[in-house]
Amino acid sequence: MRIPILKLHNYLLVSIQVDLDDQTAIRFQEDLLDKIHKSGATGVVIDLTSVDIIDSFIAKVLGDVVTMSDLMGAKVVLTGIQPAVAMTLIDLGVHMQNVPTALNLEQGLIKLRQELEE
Amino acid sequence: MEIKSCVKIRKEWDIVSARQMGREMAKELGFGTVDQARIATAISELARNIYLYAEDGQIDYEVITEVNRRGIKITAHDNGPGIEDLGRVMEDGYSTSGGLGAGLPGVKRLMNHFDLQSEPGKGTTVTAIKWVR
Ligand SMILES: Nc1ncnc2c1ncn2[C@@H]1O[C@H](COP(=O)(O)OP(=O)(O)OP(=O)(O)O)[C@@H](O)[C@H]1O
Ligand SMILES: [Mg+2]
Repeated sequence: MRIPILKLHNYLLVSIQVDLDDQTAIRFQEDLLDKIHKSGATGVVIDLTSVDIIDSFIAKVLGDVVTMSDLMGAKVVLTGIQPAVAMTLIDLGVHMQNVPTALNLEQGLIKLRQELEE
Repeated sequence: MEIKSCVKIRKEWDIVSARQMGREMAKELGFGTVDQARIATAISELARNIYLYAEDGQIDYEVITEVNRRGIKITAHDNGPGIEDLGRVMEDGYSTSGGLGAGLPGVKRLMNHFDLQSEPGKGTTVTAIKWVR
């Protein structure tokens, strides 16, 4: 399974629509970094609206992807985290403090534009 | 108490099957969406621990009924290497695999009841219960 990564101007857009198994998550991490490198994208939105579970492993992969993209010069915003998922993350003790988030894809794009223009 | 079902954990994909099964059972039992997510997440953590540290094991699902409440009981069992220091692994951030070390302490917070039994060289059993509110 592969998560599609779309390019829109300087941005990459990803909408995760499947129940992520570990391998798909790792492959997505690699694919995204590769695509950032090849496309020169400066911003990435990862939409999690359809994701109904984030366990500690997936949380780590997502957190790492934000850090790694940052190192490469691309800002990542996570959007659409479901209320139930937000609550389980807190129970897990995973706070994702340094991870930029937004309510939905639209807000995510606005946030990216603001951050990149600063 | 009746054993409703079990999922064997051998391949990575079994982690996904195990948590999906847990969510379905939780839904049927009348758990709300947040508790469904909590149960599914707890199962995911336990199943991954089996896969990572013991290679082979299983998750059992039971519906438990008491006079005034019902709940789901999850038992994760393996015959892997076991755990030397039971206190240590319950600390947030302790991991021998470069993980977040959030799994076991997380399961304890996600569920209502939590019990960890392990014997080095023999294996590990984690029992966790969530009651329908
Ligand atoms: N079934 C098991 N058999 C043997 N050792 C285990 C088992 N489950 C957990 N452990 C040990 O306990 C430690 C803590 O487990 P825990 O699930 O809390 O964190 P983790 O798996 O290291 O990271 P995370 O779950 O956050 O990805 C593990 O690193 C491992 O050493
Ligand atoms: Mg774990």
